[in-house]
Amino acid sequence: MYTQALNTAETDDRGLEDAAKAAQFQARIDAEERIESNDWMPAAYRKTLTRQISQHAHSEVVGMLPEGNWITRAPTLRRKAALLAKVQDECGHGLYLYAAAETLGASREELVDAMLAGKAKYSSIFNYPTLTWADIGTIGWLVDGAAIMNQIPLCRCSYGPYARAMIRVCKEESFHQRQGYEIMLTLCRGSDEQKAMAQDALNRWWWPVLMMFGPPDAASQHSDTSTKWKIKRFSNDELRQKFVDATVPQAQYLGLTIPDPGMTQDADGHWRYSEIDWAEFKQVLAGNGPCNRDRIAARRKAHAEGAWVREAAAAYAAKRAQRQTAQAAE
Amino acid sequence: MATPNTPLWEVFIRSRNGLAHKHVGSLHASDATMALQAARDIYTRRGEGLSIWVVPSSAITASDPAEKGMMFEPAESKIYRHPTFYEVPEEVGHM
Repeated sequence: MYTQALNTAETDDRGLEDAAKAAQFQARIDAEERIESNDWMPAAYRKTLTRQISQHAHSEVVGMLPEGNWITRAPTLRRKAALLAKVQDECGHGLYLYAAAETLGASREELVDAMLAGKAKYSSIFNYPTLTWADIGTIGWLVDGAAIMNQIPLCRCSYGPYARAMIRVCKEESFHQRQGYEIMLTLCRGSDEQKAMAQDALNRWWWPVLMMFGPPDAASQHSDTSTKWKIKRFSNDELRQKFVDATVPQAQYLGLTIPDPGMTQDADGHWRYSEIDWAEFKQVLAGNGPCNRDRIAARRKAHAEGAWVREAAAAYAAKRAQRQTAQAAE
Repeated sequence: MATPNTPLWEVFIRSRNGLAHKHVGSLHASDATMALQAARDIYTRRGEGLSIWVVPSSAITASDPAEKGMMFEPAESKIYRHPTFYEVPEEVGHM
């Protein structure tokens, strides 16, 4: 999902650790206890979570870019206010998540620098462009819809700070999806051109959204340990299927066609989708999606242009602290 | 160049009159005024609070979870601190 591209190979250093402690830790996980930041945890658990939570945070932050593109061009003031509030929420989500990642020992600055240096990944979905206003509707409806599908089980993740951040995020995310669907509904009830615009956006976003859930279970290298540690509660394919089953009737209500001619419904009601183009997914992850370079360039620019603000705030705080010490000495 | 670190603050919010401030999360800010403003923007976008406290994270002293057995042992054995320890005849009614 937002952490579909877990970066580096898992290093298994659990063997070096106290076996008794590791067993005790697993017993706590199995008993559905929450792990807190001061608790003992295996180094690999800490590493996996730091990577997952920080990638999730980067995704929220980079996720502001495709939507921010339309704030100044929203069709009405109501839509503009809603989109602005949504983008602010994404920023807030990024901040909750950085704070959760920091409880594991890394600093936010370190994590952000890794992203700016291109060393940390973010969700592949944000490397696609938002060409029309219908893309904003589609992102809210499908991208946020897929995110909710993934984040609800994360509210029960074994790591307390991450689970608590997810609860806050999920509460806010529901507004995002509804505002997106409302945009789609308005377009679909509008002129032929507006409806065609909605269909075009769905055509372009459908497959990248399905890729958000990550590689198929057979090819996913991180699932086993994450499942054992109860970081992950459902597999990629299970979540993807849930999402498809929930989305197809919503598309039908809009009168839109899912761009998958091979899609069929099983006797048990599940919608079976065609083979996903994993080569495209790999290309986007490797940095060759339509907007990868733009996104990183925009983040670097924003970070560099904010440097004077950080410096001024730090200088002001230092001056005040110095004055206080001087006054105390008098 | 590595970005210099900004101090970490813990945020507590009182959501309604009569309730206590509750820890909601943390944030980075260079001083207390900016921490309060950031806390408002990050944690109360939907009217979640009537009052905010921000505390430098470095000012918090925490107990060690690994020592929780020893730390909380004094309360473990004192069942007479609970009302159900005492027998009151049923005729007396609710007490």
